[in-house]
Amino acid sequence: MASQLVAGNSAVVVGALYAGCDCFFGYPITPASEILHEASRYFPKLGRKFVQAESEEAAINMVYGAATAGHRVLAASSGPGMSLKQEGITYIAGAELPCVIVDICRAGPGLGNIGPEQSDYNQACKGGGHGCYNNIVLAPGSVQEMCDFATRSFELAFKYRNPVVVLADGVLGHMVEPLQFPEVAVQPTIDTTWAVAGRAETRGNLVTSISLNFDDLERHNYRLQEKYQRIKENEVLWEGYKLEDADVVLVSYGISSRIARSAVDAARKEGIKAGLFRPITLFPFPEKEIRQLADRGCKFISVEMSNGQMREDIRLASGCKPVELVCRYGGNLINIDQTMEKIREVA
Amino acid sequence: MAAKEKLIGGHPGLYAEFPRKGGSAQTATHYCPGCGHGILHKLIGEAMADLGIQDRCVVISPVGCAVFAYYYLDSGNVQAAHGRAPAIATGISRAEDNAIVIAYQGDGDLASIGLNETIQAANRGEKLAVFFINNTVYGMTGGQMAPTTLIGEVTATTPAGRDPRDQGYPIHISEILDTLKAPVFIERASLSDIEHIRKARRAVRKALEIQRDKKGYAFVELLSPCPTILRMDTAAITRFINEQMELEFPLKRFRDKSNEAEPIVRQESDFSRESLDRIFGCEDSVCVEFKKDPEFVPKGVKIAGFGGQGVLSLGLALAQAAFGCGRFVSWYPDYGPEQRGGTSNCSVIVSGEPIGSPVVDHPDVLVAFNRPSLEKFAPSVKKGGVILYDSLAGQFQAPEGVRVISVPATEIATDKGAHMAANTAMFGALMQTGKLGLPREAYGNAFRVTFAKKPKLIPKNLEILEAGAQAVKVLEMSARK
Ligand SMILES: Cc1ncc(C[n+]2csc(CCOP(=O)(O)OP(=O)(O)O)c2C)c(N)n1
Repeated sequence: MASQLVAGNSAVVVGALYAGCDCFFGYPITPASEILHEASRYFPKLGRKFVQAESEEAAINMVYGAATAGHRVLAASSGPGMSLKQEGITYIAGAELPCVIVDICRAGPGLGNIGPEQSDYNQACKGGGHGCYNNIVLAPGSVQEMCDFATRSFELAFKYRNPVVVLADGVLGHMVEPLQFPEVAVQPTIDTTWAVAGRAETRGNLVTSISLNFDDLERHNYRLQEKYQRIKENEVLWEGYKLEDADVVLVSYGISSRIARSAVDAARKEGIKAGLFRPITLFPFPEKEIRQLADRGCKFISVEMSNGQMREDIRLASGCKPVELVCRYGGNLINIDQTMEKIREVA
Repeated sequence: MAAKEKLIGGHPGLYAEFPRKGGSAQTATHYCPGCGHGILHKLIGEAMADLGIQDRCVVISPVGCAVFAYYYLDSGNVQAAHGRAPAIATGISRAEDNAIVIAYQGDGDLASIGLNETIQAANRGEKLAVFFINNTVYGMTGGQMAPTTLIGEVTATTPAGRDPRDQGYPIHISEILDTLKAPVFIERASLSDIEHIRKARRAVRKALEIQRDKKGYAFVELLSPCPTILRMDTAAITRFINEQMELEFPLKRFRDKSNEAEPIVRQESDFSRESLDRIFGCEDSVCVEFKKDPEFVPKGVKIAGFGGQGVLSLGLALAQAAFGCGRFVSWYPDYGPEQRGGTSNCSVIVSGEPIGSPVVDHPDVLVAFNRPSLEKFAPSVKKGGVILYDSLAGQFQAPEGVRVISVPATEIATDKGAHMAANTAMFGALMQTGKLGLPREAYGNAFRVTFAKKPKLIPKNLEILEAGAQAVKVLEMSARK
């Protein structure tokens, strides 16, 4: 298996191309721009389609268009750009189109700065645009996963005809780690039962999110909610580290989970039975598993670079048990010392 | 106005009946009598049918009164967010080379909220036909001012008439697009009466012929009656268009480059594994086996200096050296406000096990290329750690329990005629310390990858690497004496 040292943002493009992604539409924004650069370099080499759009709104609507035509399509952005994309994403969710959007989260609110944060959690996991909908949200924790989750994301996007957000951050985007290249190159096909591709077979099809009749739209919403329920039942992913005998459970995703993992090791050295629970899907959130840990009497600490956005989900899943928070803002990373302090306090 | 609907079901290019519309009148549209949308639907339908292109056509319904164009036009159909049709069209057209994409838009949609998308798609010369209904108002939302509203025209939001001192002047979209190079065809026509419709029909057809032949961007603006919102009868609205609108928006074929324009043919997508492996250089890349080695004590390295001193590339070379030996490794360029001040730093971790945090807070080894970096990071170095710094930074008092080595890195590199390669000399010094538990040859081997694009530079860098190592060796020997 070929391996190279690769940055997270490059790994996204590698993964997408092996996953049969045909189109990329983007707009520059730090710290996601390398995805755009790499896409501009590699997509055309394979005759695949790349456009630097005039804005994130245009980019997400180009995504809407290529997805309408049944193709595998990728977009990538960060904070301010993700906010602009929300209009397009709710239309994509409403029209039930598949696509993958990578969010290399930066610090906010507003223009904030280009340092890492995980403050787009709510925007990604709770809808983000208007109306009742959910994205499927995957949170990679390594360069390898930045690549591997592309394949998984496209599978989920097409299985459920739903937008998938890969929620990463500036550290994961820029850090370099060994990457084992994918072994399989996906050969995508177009599902002519729903796509509108300018072909005879798809002429009778319609992609829309409008439904004037109240009862029709209510039925559509019920159907969407049933779909999200199926996703919750079937697609939860998580990873545990030293959970078996843990009294204190750090819950953490993405780059913070790496720091939390180091903190677990440090705590174990001090004789504290700490463990790490890493949600890999943030929607669907691993509710049952958190509940089991809560029932076992575990104490929770949410380790996230945001104001406890994920903590709310842990609290709900645990049956409203208290959940402590370790956080940093503004581009600063959580450090091990700070996490250790909280672990000692809770243990 | 009495809601007597106009019958158009069964017209060429339109569905015979309109089941998507629901309700009882299955061959009637939802448009008001006398509305220009119904007329334009017919013209587009006819042209699609005549040209035999319905299978290839994808019509994009806008936000506006034509939001349900898909009830009627017998082609592939998609509905867009307000103003975004040209972007959606771009997506479809790029993905499906053979598709004929039609964006159907009103003046609020195209000239106000979607103006950027309009201009940019035209400027890219997308393979796209845009049909632009200019009726001077926002029809669907109750007759507010549009960018095209005439001076003095009363609308729901200009009750005293449009006042240019407050609301500016009507925007001329065809004229604006005519400043761009890429469009193949631009025409302004009118749907006011039979005479005008005949001309409009030709323009619509032309725009679709251009699409059939894949020649690029075609734009047709249509001055269009909205008798309901403008509260006019047929005669009055016809007069309004012919006399007032035409004065502001003269009818004109602005451009027709359809004869010269070459077809735009996009390459087919290649999904083969062979091509992927080729473009990513997988054949040449190593197959590294990562062996877990819990015995190996993980090492954290911090490298810092001014931008341009090769801080980040030294880090990558080190990561490459460790990677080549099957060690787990991470490289991370630290963010921070100081980046703006011209300094940069990165963290490298070499480990025998999967790495947790990629950030090095307490380095085992600090490599500092300048005085500020040295002073900033030296206090964070672990007891028993090593600091390598460029001799140019001057004398430096070692923190307790830390070994400090002054490396004449810049001097060495300059002597060898490559002042930019001080980082390579430092790399050699790092090799000589043996502090990272990597075999000597790993360092030089890293150049094969880091200089893959400039292999000519490898011999010189190997020389500087050894010179850097030699400098530390000499220091070590003199220390032993
Ligand atoms: C983002 C957004 N803003 C506002 C609206 C409300 N809206 C619906 S139709 C319309 C005006 C459309 O006017 P125009 O493009 O002139 O088309 P017409 O109805 O005159 O054919 C507006 C503002 C919307 N649907 N979406």
